[in-house]
Amino acid sequence: MKRVPMPKLPLEERVRTFKEVALGYTEEQAVAEASRCLQCEKPLCVEGCPVGVDIPLFIKYVAEGDFESAVEVVRERNSLPAICGRVCPQENQCEGRCALGKRGDAINIGGLERFVADWELKRGLRIPEKAEPTGKAVAVVGSGPAGLTAAAELAKFGFEVVVFEALHKPGGVLTYGIPEFRLPKSVVEAEVDYVKKLGVDIQTDVVVGKTITIEELFQEGYEAVFVATGAGLPNFLNVPGENLCGIYSANEFLIRINLMEAYKFPHESDTPIKVGDKAIVVGGGNVALDAARCALRLGARETTVIYRRTEREMPARREEYANALEEGIRFKFLTQPVGFEGDSSGWVREVKCVRMRLGKPDESGRRRPIPVEGSDFRIPADTVVVAIGQSPNPLIPRTTKGLAVSKKGTIVVDPETLETTVRRVYAGGDIVTGAATVISAMAAGKKAANSIKKALLGS
Amino acid sequence: MLLESIAPRIHQLVVHAPLIAKKARPGQFVILRADARGERIPLTLCDWSSRDGWVKMIFQEVGVTTKKLASLKPGEFVEDIVGPLGTPAEIAQYGTVCVVGGGVGAAAAYPRAKSLKQAGNEVVAIIGARSSEYVILEESFKGVCDELFIATDDGSRGFKGFVSQLLEKLLEEGKRFNYVFAAGPVPMMRAVAEVTKPYGIKTVVSLNPIMVDGTGMCGSCRVTVGGVRRFCCVDGPEFDAHQVDFSELMSRLSMYVEEEGRALALYEGASFDEG
Ligand SMILES: Cc1cc2nc3c(=O)[nH]c(=O)nc-3n(C[C@H](O)[C@H](O)[C@H](O)COP(=O)(O)OP(=O)(O)OC[C@H]3O[C@@H](n4cnc5c(N)ncnc54)[C@H](O)[C@@H]3O)c2cc1C
Ligand SMILES: Cc1cc2nc3c(=O)[nH]c(=O)nc-3n(C[C@H](O)[C@H](O)[C@H](O)COP(=O)(O)OP(=O)(O)OC[C@H]3O[C@@H](n4cnc5c(N)ncnc54)[C@H](O)[C@@H]3O)c2cc1C
Ligand code: SF4
Ligand code: SF4
Ligand code: FES
Repeated sequence: MKRVPMPKLPLEERVRTFKEVALGYTEEQAVAEASRCLQCEKPLCVEGCPVGVDIPLFIKYVAEGDFESAVEVVRERNSLPAICGRVCPQENQCEGRCALGKRGDAINIGGLERFVADWELKRGLRIPEKAEPTGKAVAVVGSGPAGLTAAAELAKFGFEVVVFEALHKPGGVLTYGIPEFRLPKSVVEAEVDYVKKLGVDIQTDVVVGKTITIEELFQEGYEAVFVATGAGLPNFLNVPGENLCGIYSANEFLIRINLMEAYKFPHESDTPIKVGDKAIVVGGGNVALDAARCALRLGARETTVIYRRTEREMPARREEYANALEEGIRFKFLTQPVGFEGDSSGWVREVKCVRMRLGKPDESGRRRPIPVEGSDFRIPADTVVVAIGQSPNPLIPRTTKGLAVSKKGTIVVDPETLETTVRRVYAGGDIVTGAATVISAMAAGKKAANSIKKALLGS
Repeated sequence: MLLESIAPRIHQLVVHAPLIAKKARPGQFVILRADARGERIPLTLCDWSSRDGWVKMIFQEVGVTTKKLASLKPGEFVEDIVGPLGTPAEIAQYGTVCVVGGGVGAAAAYPRAKSLKQAGNEVVAIIGARSSEYVILEESFKGVCDELFIATDDGSRGFKGFVSQLLEKLLEEGKRFNYVFAAGPVPMMRAVAEVTKPYGIKTVVSLNPIMVDGTGMCGSCRVTVGGVRRFCCVDGPEFDAHQVDFSELMSRLSMYVEEEGRALALYEGASFDEG
């Protein structure tokens, strides 16, 4: 049986606005899709979910039209379902393992999760019961999915929780990175609101390591600190001409657009962005596709993603790759930029590239791209976005005595407790794993909250 | 929030921000937003009191954000302020030093003059402006300098010419400095660097590229220093003047001139309608 298709915004409208592309199931569609589930006795889908959502049970409730019970089941394991349902790379996780996927279409588990979460948001979130106040305070640094999840869990355990966020809005990548058309900011705000309603105090505009250090947080009376500062440092190609005008890191491009709402410039936002006719995005992950689809929506006549491996190795979510293709984004595979040429006023005009071929697999298991000699060519461009990954922010390790980091700059933790080399300082999410996923960051937040509870309350 | 005009289109802004005041060091800056739709803009910390919990910035009206800031009423708040950002300045005992501030750059030069004086240096300051009414912080500088020179482009006050020309004159007259600090418009900083280079004087400038987050996340503020890419907001804002690629900085600062012009016209049109 075929999957019930997810309704989408019509293509003509999509490429001109930042409105959400996937519209979500109606009640009838959700029930129909849920009814396809085999209710497997040994559900492999659950093994594919990093937080172990009881997928068959919640789907059963959806099929029965009991959405309230469905939400409860999802919320037991996942405190940000409206977000995960939209952005989890389901094809590698829950849906990738679904029994139905072997012969036909896997169940749209993400779509159903999103459906129940949206249904709940529309009704207004119920605030769960909290434990008696413990009288102890915990600080969380960073308000991305790891920080928000940890804060929510800790608040439920009865701790006084304060989240410190460097930017002026909470949400981490959910707010500044993933664009509106994939994850509406109203959804993120609702989830942040939920965390606040649990009693969590979110203090924005505080850069831990600059405004206040971890050591000072302990002096202020916090008994544990959870560091969830993400992998926010942009990597560059390190090729000549990369500082020309018109060349953005993906982070800058996306922060301007998502956090600063530059797509509303100048009428509703004061932060500008500049996209010309020919936009080139370098990279092959979710970040690259988000940047490319933003460039298209901001008026680029031609948007091309250049990636050094092939379509097969591209780490981006398949659904979003399909959406990008539909929207007219072009892809040039086996291509690597080696430099940029500008005009006399310092603006980028051309990307110098070489063709690549695939050699033997590298550490990541993907075949290593090798430059083909003498294959140089040039592509005209007036906007370039470099989306080749992020590294961990070194600010906290630099300002915290005794905090051990790996060669890559990630914070070293005990895998069982997520405690760092500094007592009572825990870390999780992208700052520990390097750039990963929303759901793995959430799982880390939850784990850390449990360890902190154990350490401070002894149970 | 307290706002005071100290020269035509130049204002002093004092904000209650105890956490920032407690941590502030010379050479650091804050990022603020004037209102909820506002852009994030950096301003140098010009003065602060850790005891009373305030920080002071001095800014010049150039575009939408600085004009919005200038129109704040007493008791109103800036939407956001975050800091202190940037690496604090290296303050040592060099001997005789010269601190040069061009235009509102004097606001960044002042805390440097003060801290250099406290570190036991003999401090000579040069502040400059277009004409006499634009000269700022004169009294403050007098309190922390051994000698103060003023330059104006039109000669209405002190030396007629640029601060860099006055510095050159002092050097030609045999004055010797072990260290020079300069803050101001990019062409002025470049000129100072060119003046001190033949004398081999260690020279530090405070760079002002376009910033967004101010924490190393975006790379908008990247500058080339000694052939290496540095993020001004975390590695700077102060760098060795003789290593800075000033042309690249100039060109990157002009990235949005067209958009800034449009935004300003729109903003002024709207305020005109209201007024
Ligand atoms: C454009 C983009 C698209 C993505 N798409 C997907 C997707 O479709 N699916 C998916 O699963 N994953 C996706 N990811 C990855 C996912 O978003 C991240 O793995 C996840 O957000 C990591 O969560 P985190 O809580 O560890 O950190 P972050 O979300 O990075 O949050 C860290 C927060 O800490 C703050 N901070 C940093 N330093 C300090 C400090 N010193 N003091 C105070 N605050 C600080 C930051 O400002 C930030 O708000 C995407 C990432 C990007 C950039
Ligand atoms: C570390 C640092 C310290 C600074 N300290 C001071 C100070 O003490 N006093 C002062 O008057 N000015 C200072 N500036 C410059 C100040 O940030 C800009 O004048 C301000 O951003 C202009 O914003 P606007 O919206 O009013 O004007 P716009 O019309 O937006 O811009 C006018 C010009 O200002 C520059 N600019 C624009 N946006 C930014 C931005 N986000 N970040 C940096 N520059 C930008 C560009 O060159 C632009 O062409 C500093 C800049 C930096 C980087
Ligand atoms: S949280 Fe993610 S992986 Fe788990 S069931 Fe939901 S969509 Fe699938
Ligand atoms: S594996 Fe697929 S069919 Fe089986 S229970 Fe999970 S979702 Fe249903
Ligand atoms: S302002 Fe974003 S990295 Fe410096």
